[in-house]
Amino acid sequence: MNEILLNVEGLRKYFSVRKGLLGRVYIKAVDGVDLRLRKGEAISVVGESGCGKTTLGKTILRLYEPTDGKIVFDEKDITHLKSKELKWYRRKTALVQQDPFGALPPFMTTKGILEEPLIIQGVKDRAEREERIRKALEQVRLTPVEDFIRKYPHMLSGGQQQRLVIARAIILEPKLIIADEPVSMLDASVRIEILKLLQDLQRKYELSIIYITHDISTTRYFSEKIYIMYGAHIVEYADTKEILRNPLHPYTKALLNVIPDPDPSNRFIVKNVPSGEPPNLINPPPGCRFSPRCSNFMKGICDAKEPIFFEANKGHYVKCWLYEETR
Amino acid sequence: MNGRHLDIKDFVMYYRTSRGEVKAVDNVSFSLNKGETVAVIGESGCGKSSLAKSLIRVLPRNISVYKGTVLLDGLNLMELDEKTFEKEIRWTKITYIPQAALNSLNPVIKIGDQMIEPLVIRNKTSKNKALEMAAKTLRSLGITEEFLYRYPFELSGGMRQRVIIAMSLMVKPELMLLDEPTSSLDVLTQANIMNLMKKIKEELKPSMIFITHDVSLSSELADKIAVMYAGQIVEFNIADKFYHDPAHPYSRKLMESVPTLRMDKNLDYIPGSPPSLLNPPKGCRFRERCPWRFEKCTEDPPLIFLGKDFYVSCWLHARG
Repeated sequence: MNEILLNVEGLRKYFSVRKGLLGRVYIKAVDGVDLRLRKGEAISVVGESGCGKTTLGKTILRLYEPTDGKIVFDEKDITHLKSKELKWYRRKTALVQQDPFGALPPFMTTKGILEEPLIIQGVKDRAEREERIRKALEQVRLTPVEDFIRKYPHMLSGGQQQRLVIARAIILEPKLIIADEPVSMLDASVRIEILKLLQDLQRKYELSIIYITHDISTTRYFSEKIYIMYGAHIVEYADTKEILRNPLHPYTKALLNVIPDPDPSNRFIVKNVPSGEPPNLINPPPGCRFSPRCSNFMKGICDAKEPIFFEANKGHYVKCWLYEETR
Repeated sequence: MNGRHLDIKDFVMYYRTSRGEVKAVDNVSFSLNKGETVAVIGESGCGKSSLAKSLIRVLPRNISVYKGTVLLDGLNLMELDEKTFEKEIRWTKITYIPQAALNSLNPVIKIGDQMIEPLVIRNKTSKNKALEMAAKTLRSLGITEEFLYRYPFELSGGMRQRVIIAMSLMVKPELMLLDEPTSSLDVLTQANIMNLMKKIKEELKPSMIFITHDVSLSSELADKIAVMYAGQIVEFNIADKFYHDPAHPYSRKLMESVPTLRMDKNLDYIPGSPPSLLNPPKGCRFRERCPWRFEKCTEDPPLIFLGKDFYVSCWLHARG
């Protein structure tokens, strides 16, 4: 249980964009991220749109070539593997995206969608393929299997489509699933159904899951650890309970403070919201990237030097100068 | 129901498609006092957006049935012809804030010119005076007036939404319809918009209909709650009561599926999916998914009043 499955060190992904006469500039979408995932563990990466969380997920899956840093999966360095060698990594990993309908080819039936990865990965025996398709559908509870196997994506409801996407993700028995906002397009009651399904699969098969989301209130039910991302950096990480009980980074505090629980007294409370906008990732502010919006801003410190991680409590790391003395 | 600011009764809106008639809003009734906000909550396809759009009479072309009474300050809006409605109601007494998106502002016209349009065209206000008022409105929402001279693409999503809210305030509306106003915005921006709406509610006291799929978010504004399911309001309740003790089985199950940040609870989901609005089943529309169903549920449930501004459409409450 304590074995490390994935170790990401100093991961960077820059996208080059042309801009004017000055030549190339870079969008630093992921800028030096460290992350560690054990076998069978579920973690969340929480952040707002444009913070780089989706790019982080896709780079870990090697859908993007990293600009810098290192990704070690199951003791193998996969950072710069070429496409042929990557086929092995593709089998061990899978992605579940936000929009299930967009992720499914509209002209293929359920059977075709699930059979394709098996064919590509060289499962030659037809009976075996059919057996595995059946099993995958049962696992995501698209049953009775006969009702679904000939259907096209548009004949399924949103929740069923997402379950089919999950079936496709698990059919090769991967070790790592990256779920990028898997439920944000679904209705409240279906959301919980899909998240519970992912959790069941995680426990049953010792899957590791990285749950990427903007919705911190679902993370407490579905992950053991939370990484908070802001402006292409991880700014805080710890066990889920610890972060929710005792958030340290000013950004995390602000985030937790504004999320409502269903409570009628909310309507009389005006909340404290940091002003301004998230940083521009082409030209991020010097020092701490949250400093222009931070209420604890210390002049000459926060805007001078980029903070490093401090272990403020046991296992609770925060990238903020306020916690320097805890070292 | 005298003295109510808004009183909606037996409101119906169906439209025709090639597969049959879609019963988008099916016999909706509720009323609001002046300055109150009702949150209409429900899942996608339950008809909550159709309700708002038909209140401001932005109707699909293939409309088949549109009837009922909508009393705004005693005036029956349903009896007005289109010309009067356009002149006196739409974007005059009632304004509509759509989902945050770039496409509700004209991309080639400066913000200021868009903001003053209704005043200049309808009220024949002079351009300078209208611009002055626009600047004042923006300032009151904490936006500098330079934005008057910018184009929509220069603004962030949250800023654009604030501009639309400002546009709406320019005409001093009596009723504001908010249709998922924050659903594509980030959490912090969403909180900013909610703060803004609270301020407007406190200072200008318009009545509001706040449409959202997010139960937690609805508590940021709601005085009253209307829960919609398959084209109908299945529960109407006072916010103080609703969030602690919802009455309709659907409301209860919906609340169980809402994750909370501060309290521990067991999350549960509702198996199955809502019925098609093309041909909804007779009787209670939630029946198939309801854990408390019994024989009576195959008959249409009546609205059962359990208190002032509190009714449920469920046979369970009819007993005894």
